[in-house]
Amino acid sequence: MGILEVKNVNKRFGGLQALGDVNLSVAENTVHAIIGPNGAGKSTLLNCLIGKLIPDTGSVLFDGESVLGRKPFEICQMGISRVFQTPEIFGELSVLENMMIPIFAKRDGAFRMQALSSTAGERDVLEQAEHMLESLNMADKRHMHSAAMSRGDKRRLEIGMCLSQNPRLLLLDEPTAGMARADTNNTIDLLKQIKDERDITIAIIEHDMHVVFSLAERITVLAQGSPLVEDTPEKIKGHPKVREAYLGETA
Amino acid sequence: MFGLNQKDTRLFLIVAAMTLLAPFILNPFPEGTAMAQMFNAGYPDLMQRFVIFGILVIGFNILFGLTGYLSFGHAAFLGVGSYAAVWMFKLVGMNVVPAILLSMVVAGLFALLIGYVSLRRSGIYFSILTLAFAQMSYNLAYSVLGNPASNFNLTNGETGLQLLLDDPRVLGESVTADGSIPVTNFFGIAMRDSFNLEIGGWLFTFNAGYYLAGIIMLISFYISIRIFRSPFGMMLRAVKSNQQRMNYTGLSSRPYTLAAFVISGIYAGLAGGLLSSMDPLAGAERMHWTASGEIVIMAILGGVGTLIGPILGAGFNEYFKNILSKINDEVLHQWLSFMPDGLENAFVGVLHFFVGKGWHLSLGLLFMMVIIFLPGGLVEGGQRLARLFRRRRPSDDDSQKSAQSTPAE
Repeated sequence: MGILEVKNVNKRFGGLQALGDVNLSVAENTVHAIIGPNGAGKSTLLNCLIGKLIPDTGSVLFDGESVLGRKPFEICQMGISRVFQTPEIFGELSVLENMMIPIFAKRDGAFRMQALSSTAGERDVLEQAEHMLESLNMADKRHMHSAAMSRGDKRRLEIGMCLSQNPRLLLLDEPTAGMARADTNNTIDLLKQIKDERDITIAIIEHDMHVVFSLAERITVLAQGSPLVEDTPEKIKGHPKVREAYLGETA
Repeated sequence: MFGLNQKDTRLFLIVAAMTLLAPFILNPFPEGTAMAQMFNAGYPDLMQRFVIFGILVIGFNILFGLTGYLSFGHAAFLGVGSYAAVWMFKLVGMNVVPAILLSMVVAGLFALLIGYVSLRRSGIYFSILTLAFAQMSYNLAYSVLGNPASNFNLTNGETGLQLLLDDPRVLGESVTADGSIPVTNFFGIAMRDSFNLEIGGWLFTFNAGYYLAGIIMLISFYISIRIFRSPFGMMLRAVKSNQQRMNYTGLSSRPYTLAAFVISGIYAGLAGGLLSSMDPLAGAERMHWTASGEIVIMAILGGVGTLIGPILGAGFNEYFKNILSKINDEVLHQWLSFMPDGLENAFVGVLHFFVGKGWHLSLGLLFMMVIIFLPGGLVEGGQRLARLFRRRRPSDDDSQKSAQSTPAE
């Protein structure tokens, strides 16, 4: 059984069947990509995984536990981290503060009132944050206003913030959308490095085939709300059904 | 020092010195001169207002400055605190300590209730909800809960809640030996006790009530600095910056915002309790929406999200309100007497609208000028001045920078 099990998930918006009988199993410590043409239901599926949407029927199990009906912060505390399409960071805070917040969240849980202790006195959190920034090669930017960074750096920071919590599953929603080629390659390298260094499962939704085929170990192709095929990248590349539905024009 | 870093300690010590020396600082002109009449602000009433409204805005800034949630009903907590304190004076005794403590507790509970409901929404909807609650509270206090004829007269309606000779005051005396209502005191030190110091032509007044409120303001200010520098404060800034990221980082933003709301409600209750301690009379107009608006204005005037801003904003607002409302046509004629009669009358005719009862107009214009030219409030003004002075110093690195940024100089 995989770490993430999606079973018979259906989701309907009025007359539109956004997801029809989706079954998906993401094996532990793999990189699993979900691809598909526009409107295939990728984002709807992702939103069902992180508590933003609740499917009409079916179940979503993370490590044997249902995530349905849980709030985003509870799902995160279970060990699922999410990276957004446009980098979501704390733009008004410094890079170092950005990195400290998830570490506090990991240590203290969803809410803890520490109104009179000094942030500067939190040595262990500071150290962890500094360490994380160093491993991202961002230590020199620690006092920078994070909103002032390039998109690639913001993405790097966001991924680092997710990793600082040691999640078991990292969900990436088109992590290189709208990025320059150099930034895209940097992000691919970062994700490869993460995969090599950690025991972590990565599920990635992506348009860019370059990214998909450089990272993924398994690929699920969604079309019109249902999984078409699931296989290794090599097999997917040559699969006639996939060519027909999706790669036909581009590959 | 005191668990603050060097910069914050310096700031705190400056504020402490200014608060403790305020009777000197605010009375720069010798007693009896025209300038003193107009510009001296060192009398107890006004000084008390400076620090009490300082406390109120410091608390408001913890909510608005850190989380970005703009409460448009903060005067409700001020009013609730005022009523609670007066009830304490009526029922228990004239010591201000239990009264102030009750104000804080009652305002805190009231904030918990209002915050729990209002914080379900953010942005403008949150502001409207808090405004609605505050207006409801105002109307309840003004009429429903304040009917002198009913048995349940909590607020005494438009007259306002006041002390009477037949109040029980179980821990004190209902009536003093000479047949009057006892005065509010801090373990025997009457709030209205003052000590006058005359030096040459100058007169400085040291008022017990002012010093009590001033020391409480310093404690409030200190706590606010600690909150700003704490992990909790960082989380509040995270709420303002990106709630989505916060929730997907495993943090629940609701309890953080609610805690900030309750803390700022307690600050407002404390301010209300102090107002009643200085003058034991509480009226519904303290909860009116214009009072809530004034709190927002003071916060923005000073500089939202800064430590010292709230104190500056409150002081600026109260000081100019006081001066502008003191100027009348007679004073204007005196000032403009050097002009030919016709011109003098014309000038007075125009200026008439900006002073005395028209003080709102001038204060509004000042507010507009601050917003347009100093969007960061008076704190930004201070920073610009400081930069200007630093630039004047002959340091080669700095002078180069200044040449680039302001070629006209």
